[in-house]
Amino acid sequence: MIIHVTDQAGENHELEGLEGWRVMEVIRDWGLNIKAECGGAMSCATCHVYVDKDWLDVVGAPSDEEEDMLDSVGDVRSNSRLCCQILCSDAIDGLKLTLASSAAKDA
Amino acid sequence: MTTEITTDVVVIGAGPCGLFAAFELGLLDLKCHFIDILDRPGGQCAELYPEKPIYDIPGFPVVTGQQLTDNLMAQIAPFAPEFHFNRMINTIERQEDGSFRLSTDADEVFHAKVVVIAAGGGSFQPKRPPVDGIEAFENKSVFYSVRKMDDFRGQDVVIVGGGDSALDWTLNLQPIVRSLTLVHRRAVFKAAPASVNKMQELVGEGKINFLTGQIAKLDGEDGQINHVHLTTDAGDLSVPATRLLPFFGLTMKLGPVADWGLELNDNTIVVDTEKFETSVPGIFAIGDINSYPGKLKLILSGFHEAALMAQAAKAIVSPGERVVFQYTTSSTKLQKKLGVA
Repeated sequence: MIIHVTDQAGENHELEGLEGWRVMEVIRDWGLNIKAECGGAMSCATCHVYVDKDWLDVVGAPSDEEEDMLDSVGDVRSNSRLCCQILCSDAIDGLKLTLASSAAKDA
Repeated sequence: MTTEITTDVVVIGAGPCGLFAAFELGLLDLKCHFIDILDRPGGQCAELYPEKPIYDIPGFPVVTGQQLTDNLMAQIAPFAPEFHFNRMINTIERQEDGSFRLSTDADEVFHAKVVVIAAGGGSFQPKRPPVDGIEAFENKSVFYSVRKMDDFRGQDVVIVGGGDSALDWTLNLQPIVRSLTLVHRRAVFKAAPASVNKMQELVGEGKINFLTGQIAKLDGEDGQINHVHLTTDAGDLSVPATRLLPFFGLTMKLGPVADWGLELNDNTIVVDTEKFETSVPGIFAIGDINSYPGKLKLILSGFHEAALMAQAAKAIVSPGERVVFQYTTSSTKLQKKLGVA
């Protein structure tokens, strides 16, 4: 399972995802620029990503609690998601997303 | 006037690992003072996830961040550690005799033989909105908290956010400002419903404006903003403003720790695994803020690190004193310290 991630500097990365992992964990494990400070508890928004438009239907809409957390960043778009809430599975093989500036380690 | 405090150990950060350090240090008769930027103990457990269950604390199949904090506070109570909240350390200086002088932004000076940094991901600081050049306006016309209401009297104020801070300050400042615009990215608010209702009444009465959108750009010069540009569903807007208050919550930043002359590795402090001492003798680092080969950022790792650190700290505070290793289950001495014997 492959996830295509564009980082804040515009560089593209092809990451091998593992079934059952959160996409946030995959990105963090590969050492990309993601703060993910609450570790997946949906208590921050520092794993904020923009999901490629072609993948929005597959990934689905954010939950109410996730929307609440997105209120704590200033660069939300219609395709914003917290990637700790996206689980790796065959369904998202090939997923494309972009790390938001608010997800950077120094944000 | 500067307050001078002398103690054995200053612990920076009152999160779970820092709190447990007071227990291990207390068993060795070392007195602790805590300094924390938050207004209460618990660190990330209290600030980020007080209600979230934690499943990997030994002996607790499940415990919430707040319960863990409360339990640790009860556990260390016999040692009567002292807490200094809402503080940030400005400087740490090592003295000629190897002790430390620490100054805080609350005009205090601490003299300690040992410093323990248990600062987790760093200090909690307001989230800065991703707007180019905002730094130049900070603390002049852009503020992340209201320290003096008078700074906002007669001003054109823009408040951003949908939580309690944003709504509370909208209601509190409205009577004294010249104009007030609340900006939130959507018309759904996390704030208390009563505040939201009151805000909507003020909008209805024409006393304040509410816009759904996000800040795109700030105009101004010499630190003084004059316009806030917004991206909204209805297109781009420009709002005249002399004060901006963004309320996006807190995030952790390494902050002043980076300036203390300690060896760092990717925003963490390098320590050894015998004493968890930093590159400066007498300054220790435990919990999420440290790094060493094989480090796991788990609360339980921090507890272990606290126990070993305490032994090394004791050797610094009481040089030459023989420390006999004891168990709380069997040692009357330790039980007396805990107030149970």
